[in-house]
Amino acid sequence: MAGAAGPGTGPGAAGGDGDDSLYPIAVLIDELRNEDVQLRLNSIKKLSTIALALGVERTRTELLPFLTDTIYDEDEVLLALAEQLGNFTGLVGGPDFAHCLLPPLESLATVEETVVRDKAVESLRQISQEHTPIALEAHFVPLVKRLASGDWFTSRTSACGLFSVCYPRASNAVKAEIRQHFRSLCSDDTPMVRRAAASKLGEFAKVLELDSVKSEIVPLFTNLASDEQDSVRLLAVEACVSIAQLLSQEDLEALVMPTLRQAAEDKSWRVRYMVADKFSELQKAVGPKITLNDLIPAFQNLLKDCEAEVRAAAAHKVKELCENLPPEGRETIIMNQILPFIKELVSDTNQHVKSALASVIMGLSTILGKENTIEHLLPLFLAQLKDECPEVRLNIISNLDCVNEVIGIRQLSQSLLPAIVELAEDAKWRVRLAIIEYMPLLAGQLGVQFFDEKLNSLCMAWLVDHVYAIREAATNNLMKLVKKFGTEWAQNTIVPKVLVMASDPNYLHRMTTLFCINALSEACGQEITTKQMLPIVLKMAGDQVANVRFNVAKSLQKIGPILDTDALQEEVKPVLQKLGQDEDVDVKYFAQEALSVLALA
Amino acid sequence: MSSSSPPVGAASAAISASEKVDGFTRKSVRKAQRQKRSQGSSQFRSQGSQAELHPLPQLKDATSNEQQELFCQKLQQCCILFDFMDSVSDLKSKEIKRATLNELVEYVSTNRGVIVESAYSDIVKMISANIFRTLPPSDNPDFDPEEDEPTLEASWPHIQLVYEFFLRFLESPDFQPSIAKRYIDQKFVQQLLELFDSEDPRERDFLKTVLHRIYGKFLGLRAFIRKQINNIFLRFIYETEHFNGVAELLEILGSIINGFALPLKAEHKQFLMKVLIPMHTAKGLALFHAQLAYCVVQFLEKDTTLTEPVIRGLLKFWPKTCSQKEVMFLGEIEEILDVIEPTQFKKIEEPLFKQISKCVSSSHFQVAERALYFWNNEYILSLIEENIDKILPIMFGSLYKISKEHWNPTIVALVYNVLKTLMEMNGKLFDDLTGSYKAERQREKKKELEREELWKKLEELKLKKALEKQNSAYNMHSILSNTSDE
Repeated sequence: MAGAAGPGTGPGAAGGDGDDSLYPIAVLIDELRNEDVQLRLNSIKKLSTIALALGVERTRTELLPFLTDTIYDEDEVLLALAEQLGNFTGLVGGPDFAHCLLPPLESLATVEETVVRDKAVESLRQISQEHTPIALEAHFVPLVKRLASGDWFTSRTSACGLFSVCYPRASNAVKAEIRQHFRSLCSDDTPMVRRAAASKLGEFAKVLELDSVKSEIVPLFTNLASDEQDSVRLLAVEACVSIAQLLSQEDLEALVMPTLRQAAEDKSWRVRYMVADKFSELQKAVGPKITLNDLIPAFQNLLKDCEAEVRAAAAHKVKELCENLPPEGRETIIMNQILPFIKELVSDTNQHVKSALASVIMGLSTILGKENTIEHLLPLFLAQLKDECPEVRLNIISNLDCVNEVIGIRQLSQSLLPAIVELAEDAKWRVRLAIIEYMPLLAGQLGVQFFDEKLNSLCMAWLVDHVYAIREAATNNLMKLVKKFGTEWAQNTIVPKVLVMASDPNYLHRMTTLFCINALSEACGQEITTKQMLPIVLKMAGDQVANVRFNVAKSLQKIGPILDTDALQEEVKPVLQKLGQDEDVDVKYFAQEALSVLALA
Repeated sequence: MSSSSPPVGAASAAISASEKVDGFTRKSVRKAQRQKRSQGSSQFRSQGSQAELHPLPQLKDATSNEQQELFCQKLQQCCILFDFMDSVSDLKSKEIKRATLNELVEYVSTNRGVIVESAYSDIVKMISANIFRTLPPSDNPDFDPEEDEPTLEASWPHIQLVYEFFLRFLESPDFQPSIAKRYIDQKFVQQLLELFDSEDPRERDFLKTVLHRIYGKFLGLRAFIRKQINNIFLRFIYETEHFNGVAELLEILGSIINGFALPLKAEHKQFLMKVLIPMHTAKGLALFHAQLAYCVVQFLEKDTTLTEPVIRGLLKFWPKTCSQKEVMFLGEIEEILDVIEPTQFKKIEEPLFKQISKCVSSSHFQVAERALYFWNNEYILSLIEENIDKILPIMFGSLYKISKEHWNPTIVALVYNVLKTLMEMNGKLFDDLTGSYKAERQREKKKELEREELWKKLEELKLKKALEKQNSAYNMHSILSNTSDE
């Protein structure tokens, strides 16, 4: 094979005989022309196999030109191609030949479909790293320039993602050109291109020299941040995070802050939303001093924004904002400048705002300490526990552990109980499911006595819920509770109640008994399983409903390993054998499966 | 870019627990809660409380000298906005503004010579102040326009009158575009176009007429308007998949395309191929498909040579999983075939009928049925008959197979009729195909096996290479260790 000279192929690669080396490309061409997209897709996905079979030289001289010429296909095929080519450097002969991959990727970077284009850019970025500095300037940079001055917006959008990867390794003259191209894309006629440029502004700023950041990036940022389209302005906010990290405090104050202040009060809610959404990142980027002077007032405004969307995004950030304040004076700032606004949000008109707040508010207790929590936060928690919207209550309950560390959960238990009971009986099963999942946590924090008094009956009631997912979750919940409270507790409180259900007229409830036994047997241990559970299971083998009978077989299979040999041989085996002769095929199947798994057959 | 744009709709902002909440509430239940929702503008709510309005004298009572001055005062008065989300505030002022707007509408439509040069600035200012606003976030991010009630604009009692005034102004015989273009400029149009995203269908309807008038009267803005619509569509297709006014904009474009001069400019052809055709991929195609198909057919009626690229484009984007969209595509193909020239038909018959043959054998009976209905169309039948030698071999396999296998009796009956029609067109070919059907299937199977064989060989070759590589590495290793042994 001619490619033997290429690095990495090794001396043995020349071994392929003439005929063998000819057919891969023929197969590929044939397959790429197949009418069935799926077949075309398959062959593209095996492109590396073909390249490997062809060897590096023929991959370069035959396969790649062929692929470059045939880019017309369905987007799905193109996507696969773009992805493959990113990992092709080794297959074309290593870094010295990486530039051979550029032509097909360049075409792919200009197609309409965003997914394909983005993948092509991703692959190009990958390959750029494999270029030598000389090859980068000779092949890669010209490609970026061609894309950046393409006619149709797609190539210019793709170019935006490539500047930052070639800039650091280019010579000074080329660097100036690259910056020039980026500048012109930032003021492109097409909003799509400006959006692409704005979204890469931060990334590009990071690889620039500080002087260029100040003299070139900042003006671009200011322009994009006052673009006529809000979709461009909001992307500038994102870039702000990266730019701010690069500048000194004075430069920040003079060059960036006026724009950021303006963004926080933008007339479009989307831009304000973005400021709220990126708040923690911004806070870290601008440092404590500007945070206190500028960001806190801005944050207060966002918390009382006219759009619920913005308020919710800001509410989500409350905890992070407070955490990231400098420890010195933090408490005062939170108490005086943040808490009053949070209090308002607790009774917001929009449930999403309240629920966003509820998901983070408990985190404040560790920051503010015991006394403040009891005096200021507790009333808010209690109010939210009584909120009309179940999500708000759920979010509070799901974060109880934060408060537990600070003031203990007892403070809350009086209000907690009604909230839990109400959620436990909520009409939406997903709400019930969510509260079940918190039961083990609550049980651990409230203690066994409180649990037995107030919550045990709820847990048992879920076992007979009319939604299967709830019954299933309730079963798992019991298992977790037993692990927490121990076998003695199980034997006294749970097991008898579960076993009673075995004679329930509703077959679904009878099956629940079996499911509970499956879940509990291991936690309860051999004695309880053998003495209390096994007899019930065996008795149910005579149930008139086939579903119950084959679940008996499944249960026996499940609890078998816990039982001793005597019980297995004398009690389980005869029952399974009988079920193995059942008239119902499923029962037969599961009985036989159990027999063979338990090695009783 | 997806990670950076904020989500549309309130629900997405606060998810943590809501994910756990039942996502399967029936739409009808939700609908009941949502009916008669309304929204105010996002911009407005940030403003403080308003000054109270005081009624001005009636225009018709003023002397002609005073009339102009009073007209402008009234326009200025109407620039003040009121919060309609608060239904009890400023009731008196709201009523005064409503009456004034009504009076203004009446004034410009019944009187001649009242739209004087000095009034344009105030007129456009009043219109801008009222209609240009940031649209609020959608209450319902999964808004399904076929199922859900749209959110209505709360300030409609005023905005409607402003739009009406705007239209009377544009349509007035006194209206002079040469003066108005100082105020109705690119920026104005840009803001107007953004309003097409309004969820309120009444507003979009007004906007449609307004934009149409502006396009008709301002020649200098035409290229700009087309370009901006272009951008809106591209953003819709490739970025957001969300824009409420697509159907309305397409409707305007339909008549714009109608007026294109021949030969078509490259710009217009590019719009067809790079915007209108990819638009068929949109999720909500059903909402604007009629208008879109109309635009496409308009283009083909202008320039028949576009038929081939258009049909190939549609075939490229042919829906793979959405039967409802497939039915729409078939409808559009029929509309195109209705106007196709026989020479153009020859160019695309092969790929087209391969697709139709797939549709005919779709297990979704509506798709199969829609495709089979082509055979009820006299013109299409005549085209098929003319090219029966090409088309019958493509169609035969599927038709033959479904006639034996399809689950739906209506489809089977339709297929029998189609087979009968085709047989009558060329009985000899039909008999030949029937005869070779089995052999054909077997040849296909054989080809399938060959393909598998080839790939297997290729895989082996790859393994062999990997092995060789490993061996050579191993050899190197053993050589080295041998040397060290010595």
